[in-house]
Amino acid sequence: MQWGSASEFFAMGGYGLYVWTSFLATALCMLWEVLALWRRRVAARAEQRAALLGGTDETAT
Amino acid sequence: MSVNWSKYSAPMAFYPLAGRLIPWFSVMAVALMGVGLYMGFFVAPTDFQQGESYRIIFVHVPAAWMSMFLYVVMAIWAGVGMGLNARLSFMMAQAIAPTGAMFTFLALLTGAMWGKPTWGAWWVWDARLTSELILLFQYAGVMLLRTSIDDMRRADRSSAVFALVGVVNVPIIYYSVQWWNTLHQGASVSMSTGSKMAATMLMAMLIMTVAFWLYSIAVILARVRCIVVERDSLPVWDEKPAVVQEAVEAR
Repeated sequence: MQWGSASEFFAMGGYGLYVWTSFLATALCMLWEVLALWRRRVAARAEQRAALLGGTDETAT
Repeated sequence: MSVNWSKYSAPMAFYPLAGRLIPWFSVMAVALMGVGLYMGFFVAPTDFQQGESYRIIFVHVPAAWMSMFLYVVMAIWAGVGMGLNARLSFMMAQAIAPTGAMFTFLALLTGAMWGKPTWGAWWVWDARLTSELILLFQYAGVMLLRTSIDDMRRADRSSAVFALVGVVNVPIIYYSVQWWNTLHQGASVSMSTGSKMAATMLMAMLIMTVAFWLYSIAVILARVRCIVVERDSLPVWDEKPAVVQEAVEAR
């Protein structure tokens, strides 16, 4: 291991801004994608259920 | 054991299978990301030339590889859809595009984060960077073409043709560092000459790549399930029997 302390770890040899922005952006994009998919699924199923319970009235296309 | 795989080409059979696979891929992706990040930050040594800034490689290279790989997979599904007129293949192609675009964006963003301390510039119009930016526009084109056409069959075919034609850009991106004199460094890992990196660095990068791969499979399967539900208003496959019963009685 090459880190003497936590602050040394976060400093990343002076490149902390670049390194942590990269990793944080990647993590946020992935979390956002998962959340967006979860919401899309909820919406799609709600629409499906509404179409199903709404009898022959097909609102979903 | 013989499994009739062709039955999974029907959305009705594929849908529950995909649902069962998603948790496995998700768990493996998170576990491998944990291992990859640990190795990348605590096991891999400091680079003798670039210091700690090189650690961006552990997200940059996997994201860039995924951006190209997913484009090829998307084009293959688009081609299969065209050849066999298979709806599920078009849905797969449709489900891959947003994740591919996200990885392309991340490859460009993390590349800028690496370029600034290394080259002194966030962006340069270098062959590698420019062709990767074009890939982002291609993903955007595939998605926009689909949403701009109302007729689903025409939207499927148009975006499939667009995706297939654009596949020529992938070898251009990959070989750009050899074909042109680029600022972007050459390949650290090559199929012909092996790796030029320290073993632990390479290991961390490969683990992150596999993790991104598993993540992609999980989110793409989740998205294709949404698409199946959105396109066919009929599926009642994962509704509880009581809900279906109620619906039948209501009719």
